[in-house]
Amino acid sequence: MSILVNKDTKVLVQGLTGKTGTFHTEQALAYYGTKMVGGTHPKKGGEVWSSGVDGTELPIFASVAEGKDKTGANASVIYVPPAGAAAAIEEAIDAEIELIVCITEGVPVMDMVRVKAKLEKSKSRLIGPNCPGVLTPEECKIGIMPGSIFSKGSVGIVSRSGTLTYEAVFQTTNEGLGQTTAVGIGGDPVKGTEFIDVLEMFLADDATKSIIMIGEIGGSAEEEAAQFLIDEAKKGRKKPMAGFIAGRTAPPGRTMGHAGAVISGGKGGAEEKIAAMEAAGIKVSASPARIGATLADVLRG
Amino acid sequence: MNIHEHQAKALLKEYGAPVAQGVAIFSADEAESAAKSLPGPLYVVKSQIHAGGRGKGKFKELGPDAKGGVRLAKSVEDVIANAKEMLGNTLVTKQTGPAGKQVNRLYIEDGADIARELYCSLLVDRATSRVSFVVSTEGGMDIEAVAEHTPEKIITVAIDPMAGVTDADVAKINSALGLDGAAAEDGKSLFPILYKAFTEKDMSLLEVNPLIVMTNGHLRVLDAKVSFDNNASFRHEELKPLRDLTEEDAKEIEASKYDLAYVALDGNIGCMVNGAGLAMSTMDIIKLYGAEPANFLDVGGGASKEKVTAAFKIITADPAVKGILVNIFGGIMRCDVIAEGVIAAVKEVGLKVPLVVRLEGTRVKEGKEILDNSGLDVISADDLDDAAQKIVKAVQG
Repeated sequence: MSILVNKDTKVLVQGLTGKTGTFHTEQALAYYGTKMVGGTHPKKGGEVWSSGVDGTELPIFASVAEGKDKTGANASVIYVPPAGAAAAIEEAIDAEIELIVCITEGVPVMDMVRVKAKLEKSKSRLIGPNCPGVLTPEECKIGIMPGSIFSKGSVGIVSRSGTLTYEAVFQTTNEGLGQTTAVGIGGDPVKGTEFIDVLEMFLADDATKSIIMIGEIGGSAEEEAAQFLIDEAKKGRKKPMAGFIAGRTAPPGRTMGHAGAVISGGKGGAEEKIAAMEAAGIKVSASPARIGATLADVLRG
Repeated sequence: MNIHEHQAKALLKEYGAPVAQGVAIFSADEAESAAKSLPGPLYVVKSQIHAGGRGKGKFKELGPDAKGGVRLAKSVEDVIANAKEMLGNTLVTKQTGPAGKQVNRLYIEDGADIARELYCSLLVDRATSRVSFVVSTEGGMDIEAVAEHTPEKIITVAIDPMAGVTDADVAKINSALGLDGAAAEDGKSLFPILYKAFTEKDMSLLEVNPLIVMTNGHLRVLDAKVSFDNNASFRHEELKPLRDLTEEDAKEIEASKYDLAYVALDGNIGCMVNGAGLAMSTMDIIKLYGAEPANFLDVGGGASKEKVTAAFKIITADPAVKGILVNIFGGIMRCDVIAEGVIAAVKEVGLKVPLVVRLEGTRVKEGKEILDNSGLDVISADDLDDAAQKIVKAVQG
């Protein structure tokens, strides 16, 4: 099993015809035949996209609704530039796409406030924006994660950071553990999916035997997730966990690359997050190079 | 992007918020005409720097008994004398760090008779994903201290983006601030005005501290601090002239030209990394092994050779840098592109300090070969732990 995506997930690409969309669609098709079913472009409906790698052709639709109607797509991935990203998400919500993954970095926060309000009243789940996507090994790759470092296994990985997701994936592969699914929830302050949502899915997934959670400075999502885990443990739902928090040395008041990675008003510091996670039973690695080893230690008991 | 108080007030005034008359000046020569254009007899002379705590701040060049960065003046002559003393000197506040900031402009403002000082800010509350008013009756002081000691005195009112600021929201804010009479009437217009300015201009923070009730019973925005969401700058050409480059680090300005996320720090190990999380972690691991990072630098996901070269040049131009750590986990980013960028930069500017490179991910083999065959004195590392230990050892000997 896995969460969010599997071999039956059918993916539409919003922004397929651009350079980024084309490159990553080629990569996804090459990854165990992820079911990419088409793309959308308001002015290129009816045209055909073809892969520069092997000539695979995908239909282009004028709208997400039409694409969903014609292909049965249940997921979409968004590679639209920041100015149009919110509108792309809203279009996918209106078309009742189940899973929307927005890779785009740099979406204005105010746009996401509007999107989030719409999302709360909808049937869709949004991952991102400003995220690397979701990958279930040997089944489905949505987004920009490098498929080569994954191996099928038992660890669920959730992270606010793209490259640290890769570190955790690579390290758990090297430890011989492998992954069920890796989910990059993104580095923005307002996003579709939080840690708690993904942790709930990993706790419910039988194939996921252990979990890695990677957070960073800014906000209080890690503290809220820790409280959630404490509450669930009381109900008898608990899995071995390791974690990491980036930004112990970040100066207050400075935005560290990710729009959401900022210690402001004395809140969002790394030490408080680490303490909260440890209190919830997560073994937090001091070194980003030892996340996988830390989990392996936990599993050996 | 942050702006100065006088710019923030001008912006709020356009939206109809009650602010005092004031004039920004850049030299002491302008002080007299600025003061004479105001009604008097009370004036406030305010240092314009991008940092809080100005009132309690001290000027480095003046004695310990000299007045702070915000001063009351009771005559035009008094305004001139204060302006001469303040302009060009370095103000050190709780938020500037010990180096302080040079005061290059002052805001001369009409004085106000204050009955009560309140706190009012707007921000995007991450927990609710909504724009929220954060208000308190404890204005004019450090809100972080209020939050720590008397959190019950801080009230948050979240605004539904579909509805905007409703009458019920205003009533909640008025009640939280204890406003009645003329002040409550003013609140009915002021709070929706602040929300409109916040959302239309894509602000990330709008802080009015203090918001005052004057002795005549009306509200006035006495101080204003505004930051904008950089992600929305593409739709705000009108805000670009408000950027004050003298407030920014020269290396950060250079980095911003290449769209590199760079933050200058105090240590001596320069870092070049892809991805914000990994870049922060690289700083953390340097510290873990007993040294300090000189910077945060995220070259981004799809950086070109030119961008990598620019990033490397910014790091090497920093005289504090005694060693460089390049840490790349290639996803979209290809290791061979990084290797070529590093070599191009070294050929152009030379390499006077130890360089440790850790490459992993897409095209790692090609990247390592390029570095190995370059003839450069590059110390290669197997993983992040190894890389951090090697650079710390190289710098500390």
